[in-house]
Amino acid sequence: MEGVVNVAPEAKNRLTFDLAAQPLRELNRFLHHDLAGTGVTHVDVINPDGTHNIAVGVDAPVRIDVDGHAGYYCAGMNKLAQVNVNGNVGPGVAEGMVSGTVHVKGFASVSAGAAAHGGLLVIEKDASLRCGISMKGIDIVVGGSVGDFSAFMAQAGRLVICGDAGDALGDSLYEAVIYVRGKVASFGADAHEEPMSDADFAAVEELLARARIKHDPKQFRRVASKRELYHWNADADQEY
Amino acid sequence: MCGIVGLLVKKPQLREQLGSLMMPMLIGMTERGPDSAGLAVFTEALPEDQRKYSLCAPEWEYDWAGFEAEFIRHFGTEAAIRTKGNHAVLTCDEPAASVRPWAARVFPDLHVLCAGRQVDIYKDIGNPADVAARYDFDTLTGTHLVGHTRMATESAVTPDRAHPFTAGEDFCLVHNGSLSNPYQIRRKLEPLGIRFDTDNDTEAACRYFEWRMREGDDLESAIRSGFDELDGFYTFLMGSREALALVRDAFACKPAVVAETEDYVAVSSEYRSLARLPGVKNANVFEPVPEEIYVWRVS
Repeated sequence: MEGVVNVAPEAKNRLTFDLAAQPLRELNRFLHHDLAGTGVTHVDVINPDGTHNIAVGVDAPVRIDVDGHAGYYCAGMNKLAQVNVNGNVGPGVAEGMVSGTVHVKGFASVSAGAAAHGGLLVIEKDASLRCGISMKGIDIVVGGSVGDFSAFMAQAGRLVICGDAGDALGDSLYEAVIYVRGKVASFGADAHEEPMSDADFAAVEELLARARIKHDPKQFRRVASKRELYHWNADADQEY
Repeated sequence: MCGIVGLLVKKPQLREQLGSLMMPMLIGMTERGPDSAGLAVFTEALPEDQRKYSLCAPEWEYDWAGFEAEFIRHFGTEAAIRTKGNHAVLTCDEPAASVRPWAARVFPDLHVLCAGRQVDIYKDIGNPADVAARYDFDTLTGTHLVGHTRMATESAVTPDRAHPFTAGEDFCLVHNGSLSNPYQIRRKLEPLGIRFDTDNDTEAACRYFEWRMREGDDLESAIRSGFDELDGFYTFLMGSREALALVRDAFACKPAVVAETEDYVAVSSEYRSLARLPGVKNANVFEPVPEEIYVWRVS
């Protein structure tokens, strides 16, 4: 555990990694290989300064606080860990996540939560284009707005958008469900608005509570698949 | 992949530090572009009747004194030349319309990198840190600059295909991305008498925008017409006499991030190259949205 610094003598279960002084590999190696058996439950990452791949592939119930902006793929493939980023994140935050929580205080660049199977991703500010692309079971709550092509080919899971959505929202949706509070610039192929059921209101309420974002669930609308693309329609205009 | 950086200082007293503030930005983009690097810096303007030309020679040791003597002999006019290895900045009162054809005829091995009253360009192949050290980027002064680190995809790794590209006077462009219709653009511009220096796709975009502005567009409307004409992926960062301009294509596959404080506007492909700027932790950091044109003017 060379280079690992205890933040405070009494915090034996808490470690700090300073990415200005230590290579990222020390952090990720610790999280992957050395964490078990140390009793460490809380890791602080300081001076992240946009470094890529912070806390990727973690498979342990550890809390990781990143104090600053993270680069590409932060907390990608996360399993069990609770990763908090006190800043913005680059492309692909929590891509391929399986379980756990990733909470971003700032904004997220493109492809947030891409292809993720589970867990909860919270982005307090805006998420850029392709948020939730090909999501496969993750829940995503965006406090701000999302860019174009969000939830493209989303298969399962829920995307809550507290602000507006860009063009082609939910293009080629499968069974993922989108809840949107603001304006939708346009829907993608096969996506449409549906009435909210009691179960939908309850789902939004629960997700907002877990994300610690306050809004009235009654303000959200449900967007889901028309399921017309599920079957080949030989009579459709072949205009693509 | 490529890295782009841009910096505009808002306070006159920071102009002396422009190069040194930029250095960690460019070095921070090494992984995105390790094969070439370049930079265009905008300085105090020369008088209306003067022009300067950035020149690049094929060898590091070049007979610049011989070049200068031949220039003075031919034009019968004063000239000043500032040299840095294979690069030189020639200042004189001859317009580009006479200097460019003369240089192409008499010194065909020289490449005229740019012309204008404000812009100097340095670009070469090599690791960004080496290129920056070669031309003392950390000592550069001025109001604003654009820089680039290149990972070539669309044309060969040569000094003249490194970015920034220029067209006309005091206009330059760096690009992260790739255009799919650069030859279509060339076929449109070449019959209008617009000549190309390289087969690089970015040069096509640069010459397209400059042509639009000569046709009467302002920078914003030139960029807007590019939304229809330029097909491909791009984050473009442009420098002109009075401004930096940034635009991303509709799909925003190529990244960009902006940090703005009371002292500066800094643009980069990624935040990690902005992280060493003073005061950046309290800067307004945002990601430019696709097809929105961002212009920051020199105050």
